[in-house]
Amino acid sequence: MSEEKIRVIVAKPGLDGHDRGAKVVARALRDAGMEVIYTGLRQTPEMIAEAALQEDAHAIGLSILSGAHMAIVPRIMELLKENGQENVKVFLGGIIPDEDIPKMTELGIAGVYGPGTSTELIVEDIRKLVLG
Amino acid sequence: MVDVQAVLDGSRLDLSRMLTQIENQTETGQAALIELFPHTGRAELIGITGAPGTGKSSLVNQLAFHYRNPKNGEAPKKVAVVAVDPSSPFTGGAVLGDRIRMTALSGDTGVFVRSMASRGSLGGLASATAGMVQAFDAAGYEIILIETVGAGQAEVDIARLADTTLVVEAPGLGDDIQAIKAGILEIADILVINKADRPGVETTERALRSMLQLAHPVQRVFHHHGQDLIVDSPQGGEIPMWIPPIQRTVATDASGLPELLGHIADHRAHLEASGDLKRRERSRLAAELDLRLQQALVHRWEESLSPGAYDQTLDRLLDRQLSPQEAVKALLNGSLK
Repeated sequence: MSEEKIRVIVAKPGLDGHDRGAKVVARALRDAGMEVIYTGLRQTPEMIAEAALQEDAHAIGLSILSGAHMAIVPRIMELLKENGQENVKVFLGGIIPDEDIPKMTELGIAGVYGPGTSTELIVEDIRKLVLG
Repeated sequence: MVDVQAVLDGSRLDLSRMLTQIENQTETGQAALIELFPHTGRAELIGITGAPGTGKSSLVNQLAFHYRNPKNGEAPKKVAVVAVDPSSPFTGGAVLGDRIRMTALSGDTGVFVRSMASRGSLGGLASATAGMVQAFDAAGYEIILIETVGAGQAEVDIARLADTTLVVEAPGLGDDIQAIKAGILEIADILVINKADRPGVETTERALRSMLQLAHPVQRVFHHHGQDLIVDSPQGGEIPMWIPPIQRTVATDASGLPELLGHIADHRAHLEASGDLKRRERSRLAAELDLRLQQALVHRWEESLSPGAYDQTLDRLLDRQLSPQEAVKALLNGSLK
């Protein structure tokens, strides 16, 4: 009777409007049997953390192509901690320069997936991260 | 794992985690529902249904916003939104996109939006939706907006769950024959024509209006046949039957919203005055009781079945030694010692 589903929020914080990547990932996760809460464009860190709280998400995928990740990601991580949700896995997609990746990892980001990443890899990683 | 007292005290994180347990229909979730039940029955349940793309989510966004920011000087009410989207029948996955339209609610902790996948249910809601609604009710949310899957024609479960059901239409979605088909229009307490700034809105309104006139003949017909037809309403003819109003709205600029809220309040008052509120509550609980009874009986029967009996009967069915009707009898008799 009971069934557990992996619930993932896919969000685009910041001001760029390039959401193709986020949609491709959302669809791939759906096809892998996950429940994806797609929040759409121009989300603030507060909106994303609030969505994670209300939806009791296991993971959050952020797509950032504007270069604002150094401002947005720390804020989201801070809000998740404030809400008691530091267990939520956060992963990044979009354009993240190589030299910033260690900083993202330090902030607690579970994975950074640049252009060309296969969706199978993302699905696999999220499964491993969430199911432990 | 789930702290019921914290939920009753208003902890949103505990509520959210409890909702997951209820949605997954775990034993923890069921135990929580038992504890929550005495605290339920206070919220106003408003259902929003209609075809995909008619603007249900945008309308829910506006309704929630108006309940949070009332124009008539009333105190803002705590609002919960349960939005159901379909699960894939093939992979079980889902993309839940109702939050996209609900941006007006961000930053307001008096609103709690929860997305649900239908997980194989066909009536427009998920099987755990009623439980989620009970949890919000117990947690002190005064208005609960329940948005169904984009429903076509027969997804009418919402009418059983909600006190007031809004059926949302949009111009250009079908002719007057669609309007007289059985199903979704029959469950409407209020008909909303959203996207009313689009061409064709007059045609849609005319079709709906003539449908309503067919469905709700004038009051005197009821009196003409004497008292038998009015037994449903104890006050007899004093309180006229509810005729669903038709309201045009444009959810993107909130036009028609104050009128729509007025209709919802009127319907609520009508439910209370006519005694229908109690009757709806009773049939809602009866439906839940029936469902749980069926599940429990099936479960008990399965447990009492000797191992292999089902497969053996199925084999005999396959060989045409038994008809399905006889097989049912054999399986039931075998188990009910």
